[in-house]
Amino acid sequence: MQRTPHLESELSTVLRFGVVLAAIVVALGGAIYLARHAFDVPNYASFHTEVADLRSVAGIFRGLATFTGRGLIQFGLLLLIATPIIRVALAGFVFLRNKDWLYVTVACIVLALLLFGLVTGK
Amino acid sequence: MPAHSVASLTAFLAAGSFLAGLLGSLTGLGGGVVLIPMMTLLFGIDIRYAIGASLVSVIATSSGAASAYVKEGYTNVRLGMILEVATSVGAIAGAAIAVYANTRFIGLLFGAVLLQSAWSAFQGAHEEFETHPPVKRLAMYLRLDGTYPVNGREKRYYVQSFPSGFALMGVAGLLSGLLGIGSGAMKVIAMDRIMKIPFKVSTTTSNFMIGVTAAASAGVYLARGYIEPGLAMPVMLGVLAGSLTGARILTRASTPLLRRVFGIVIAILAAQMIYSGIMGKL
Repeated sequence: MQRTPHLESELSTVLRFGVVLAAIVVALGGAIYLARHAFDVPNYASFHTEVADLRSVAGIFRGLATFTGRGLIQFGLLLLIATPIIRVALAGFVFLRNKDWLYVTVACIVLALLLFGLVTGK
Repeated sequence: MPAHSVASLTAFLAAGSFLAGLLGSLTGLGGGVVLIPMMTLLFGIDIRYAIGASLVSVIATSSGAASAYVKEGYTNVRLGMILEVATSVGAIAGAAIAVYANTRFIGLLFGAVLLQSAWSAFQGAHEEFETHPPVKRLAMYLRLDGTYPVNGREKRYYVQSFPSGFALMGVAGLLSGLLGIGSGAMKVIAMDRIMKIPFKVSTTTSNFMIGVTAAASAGVYLARGYIEPGLAMPVMLGVLAGSLTGARILTRASTPLLRRVFGIVIAILAAQMIYSGIMGKL
């Protein structure tokens, strides 16, 4: 197997950056949530679906404006979910640079599946 | 189960998740499998919230670990990417089915997966397969064969039975989407037992794929409201911190005793999960 130049180190960088950024945003959101709601008693024993702003990509972005702890946590989790997706896109890009058309196609298929999963949802 | 305030639930969940991540990374069994029983059995949390929190944690730990592994030269990126086609399709299908499956079925299936995981804890390391060039044309056309470092030198390996491995990856994806776990154990079986890939290449490539597999079903879970920020926050941060700590203190020495102890814990959780599933208490 000829290795694809730079592929490994670029993927490594994007993965680390994504996870660290997501963890920081989630921790920040968590701090705000705890500061405001530490003594609430939530009921997680029975399932009740989230409010719309916490359930879709567009909703999470809308919710950012209100700057709630829960909204910020959900935004951090969205960054986390985006990390492997960006990793696939980046790999596809590196394959493209190396004119490895077969694997450009593979990356595009995986990317399409991931975006399909994220967007269609229901 | 006494009702917890946000503060105490966050503290308990973060501590428990830290421990799960630490043991999962020290034993190589993954922390995800114990997160869901911990949340449902210990804290009485609805299994759908538990699955959602577990799924995002799986993305965090696998991406964190993959960023370190991928640089070491063991991960077969091409093989991982092509197998991600199978795991993503499986995961999206699994998440779609999970919405209609009742929690009793999910509990029983989860118990079975836990049993398999416990069983694997008692399996010793097995011998590496020696693979030879006469392989199927498909693997050659896809350029899946690779090399990996052994004592500072690159050793070649040749991917066998690619179609069977690909199919089993679809099943691994399905389980991941259904149960909100990484299903790393099954991915490793597909690669090292079926495709005859060296163990270290199998485990790192499996880990590389887990984030994508989980991300494929995350959208469905998000849209269904399974991802509850108040629970996902302590669980994700706890598991991530635990697994990073585990990776740091993990020495070259193997940890067979720890593996067995953790295996017994998993077996007990499996029995409890199956019992709760049968009694309809999930």
